[in-house]
Amino acid sequence: MTDSSEDKTTAAGQPAAEGTAPAEASGAATAKAAAPEAEVPEATPAEAAAPEADATEAEASETDVTPVEAAPEPEAEAEPKTEAVPKPVAEPVAASGGTPSAFLEVRDLKVHFPTDDGLVKSVDGLTFRLEKGKTLGIVGESGSGKSVTSLAIMGLHRASRQQRSKVRMSGEIWLDGKELVSAEPDEVRRLRGRQMAMIFQDPLSALHPFYTVGSQIVEAYRVHHDVDKKTARKRAVEMLDRVGIPQPDKRVDDHPHQFSGGMRQRAMIAMALVNNPELLIADEPTTALDVTVQAQILDLIRDLQKEFGSAVIIITHDLGVVAELADDLLVMYGGRCVERGPSDKVFATPQHPYTWGLLGSMPRIDRDQTDRLIPVKGSPPSLINVPSGCAFNPRCPYADVPKDNVTRTVRPELQQVDGRHYSACHLPQEERQRIWTEEIAPKL
Amino acid sequence: MTETPETTETPETTETPETTGTHEKGEPAAKPAPAAQDRPLLRVRGLVRHFPITKGLLKRKVGAVQAVDGIDFDVFPGETLGVVGESGCGKSTMGRLITRLDEPTAGAVEFEGRDITHLSPGKLRPLRRDVQMIFQDPYGSLNPRHTIGGIVSTPFRLQGVEPEGGVKKEVQRLLELVGLSPEHYNRYPHEFSGGQRQRIGIARALALKPKLVVADEPVSALDVSIQAQVVNLMDDLQEELGLTYVIIAHDLSVIRHVSDRIAVMYLGKIVELADRDALYASPRHPYTKALLSAVPVPDPRRRTKRDRILLKGDVPSPINPPSGCRFRTRCWKATEECATTEPPLVQLATGHQVACHHPEEADGGVDANPGAATESSDGKAPTGQ
Repeated sequence: MTDSSEDKTTAAGQPAAEGTAPAEASGAATAKAAAPEAEVPEATPAEAAAPEADATEAEASETDVTPVEAAPEPEAEAEPKTEAVPKPVAEPVAASGGTPSAFLEVRDLKVHFPTDDGLVKSVDGLTFRLEKGKTLGIVGESGSGKSVTSLAIMGLHRASRQQRSKVRMSGEIWLDGKELVSAEPDEVRRLRGRQMAMIFQDPLSALHPFYTVGSQIVEAYRVHHDVDKKTARKRAVEMLDRVGIPQPDKRVDDHPHQFSGGMRQRAMIAMALVNNPELLIADEPTTALDVTVQAQILDLIRDLQKEFGSAVIIITHDLGVVAELADDLLVMYGGRCVERGPSDKVFATPQHPYTWGLLGSMPRIDRDQTDRLIPVKGSPPSLINVPSGCAFNPRCPYADVPKDNVTRTVRPELQQVDGRHYSACHLPQEERQRIWTEEIAPKL
Repeated sequence: MTETPETTETPETTETPETTGTHEKGEPAAKPAPAAQDRPLLRVRGLVRHFPITKGLLKRKVGAVQAVDGIDFDVFPGETLGVVGESGCGKSTMGRLITRLDEPTAGAVEFEGRDITHLSPGKLRPLRRDVQMIFQDPYGSLNPRHTIGGIVSTPFRLQGVEPEGGVKKEVQRLLELVGLSPEHYNRYPHEFSGGQRQRIGIARALALKPKLVVADEPVSALDVSIQAQVVNLMDDLQEELGLTYVIIAHDLSVIRHVSDRIAVMYLGKIVELADRDALYASPRHPYTKALLSAVPVPDPRRRTKRDRILLKGDVPSPINPPSGCRFRTRCWKATEECATTEPPLVQLATGHQVACHHPEEADGGVDANPGAATESSDGKAPTGQ
């Protein structure tokens, strides 16, 4: 119950607070403020044509996707209210309900953890989509909600009974036409490993030290395939061979401690791919590895994606790794997306001061050395007391630049820059463009 | 031998790095401008640290982890020496040896001309004023039960130093110096973020105005935006206080940013030592080249343009390193000579010191295609002369 009331307050509280904000161009700001789903960028023609119909549909779907923990009625009450107030003309996708067209679509995902100190809003309204065969890079500092997002997609926040009471999830995660937030844990479990798989950061703690690498891969395979042990073992050897482990028929009987760090990560990848998952989530897959091994693993992930045609989400704090792999890029800060777009666009003309900060604070090997790095001042925000307005505003060097009719306490919503490139910043776009080309880019 | 590069290039040169005498003359000459006028602050010759592996009740020695196996280098006043390498290459052990947190198995460490290799703890104490260390883990290196004031004032207490105006005032000045507030004096480490804790560690290291600061992965535990703050802080402090740094890191971009000279380590040996710009512009050791090519570049447009050298396999075990050149098992240029003769660290004409029988061409940093590198071994000799 606490959950639903929380949702209600956030949902209902927003339009009230932001109603005072004058509408930005095309009134999108208010529309977005009211319905965070407004962030969905790509509208299918059908959705664009009939926003109203969609709104009602969304209402319906919203109700049945309400997380198990939340009582459905208050949620349903809150949602129509917010959606009814502003007619999202400019944002037809706002209420795109029903089955989405994309392979993976996350809509207004919220993951909150109640703690003794307060509610930790790890992910607070995240929306993105991903097609098969594409790679999405999620970038952000520690505590920006990257890993929580990936665990939410995998359904791992609700894995155990005890955990279940602790986490509050809302929003929608659509994987190949199935909604996962409201799905029964058993249902998600059947998908996990088969349709979606994950590579964790630390392969030593992700592999069980007591069982051989082979038996762990065999187990992952036999959970989803009704085959005898011998066939499964053959499959395990085949996978180990595929990920480049030498002498796979011998190493299959080794324990994880007999593998080096790079080989363990390869074994993890073999385990993740043994069922040919359509979605692969790699959470900092190379952070614990040396740069030469990192290059091997990144190449491997790229090759395997080409071979299997799966969708890949790569989560990292290293912009270099993302640039190597990702087609699309999503920059997270304080549990929200601050910038999103095709990765070449985001790297060529980043639009958010935080993205500038990330680029400026990275020493780079490919450019002439500047004398000083340009760090972001301060430290990442507490997720319990996320700064009002733009979460980045206390650290933003441009927070004091006067903006048209926008006060500091208004939270900026994602706005289209061009094409699929979106950014959540109050700075007028021309101003941002000017700052980037005149002030930031030359210093990088 | 290094002062006469013409001879050193020949394969007959079988001197081992342990024959330190020959190197001593060569290296200061190798160093460009600053070297000429200064004596090295720290001078390391033939440094070896083997960790014995024992077995059975009698602790019979059955082998040794050759963590550091004969390295030579100098650190000159005011410069920053970056040490880079993969995990397990011995760079952290090296850091602990030159600060004498660990005692070398063989070799010599000289600080300001004084041999400190085997000093007793008591005799080392005065030295601790001049050599300080910044640790990697800002959580593990601060005692959670001590206040910040207590932590930063400990060096004064241990050394019996009474700074001008009292310890507390000095500590508060230090806190301000590293970008913290003097009011943090009575707080505990858990009240600070990772970046702030690293600043506390830096304040403690700087308390006694050391001459040499050894920083072991000072920023690798920090977030990107915080990394830049700490890197800039260390930069400022070096200018302000005239510090000399030895910075150990695995991140080649960070090392490039902070260092004047860079030593690349592989399996307990220095394989290449050169000025930063020279090293990054045209790495001469195949390993350095492979390392640099593996660094991901935050620019999607360069994804396809770059020739990446993918090293096969993993770093061999330091318990049983390959014979001859240790890199030969992963090197695409390896010849028979590499298996039999260990290449000494020699000076090339370009100022690089490289331990390789077949160093890369001077301009080979970008265009050389490693896959097709089938030049004969004698083809390399002229490049070095």
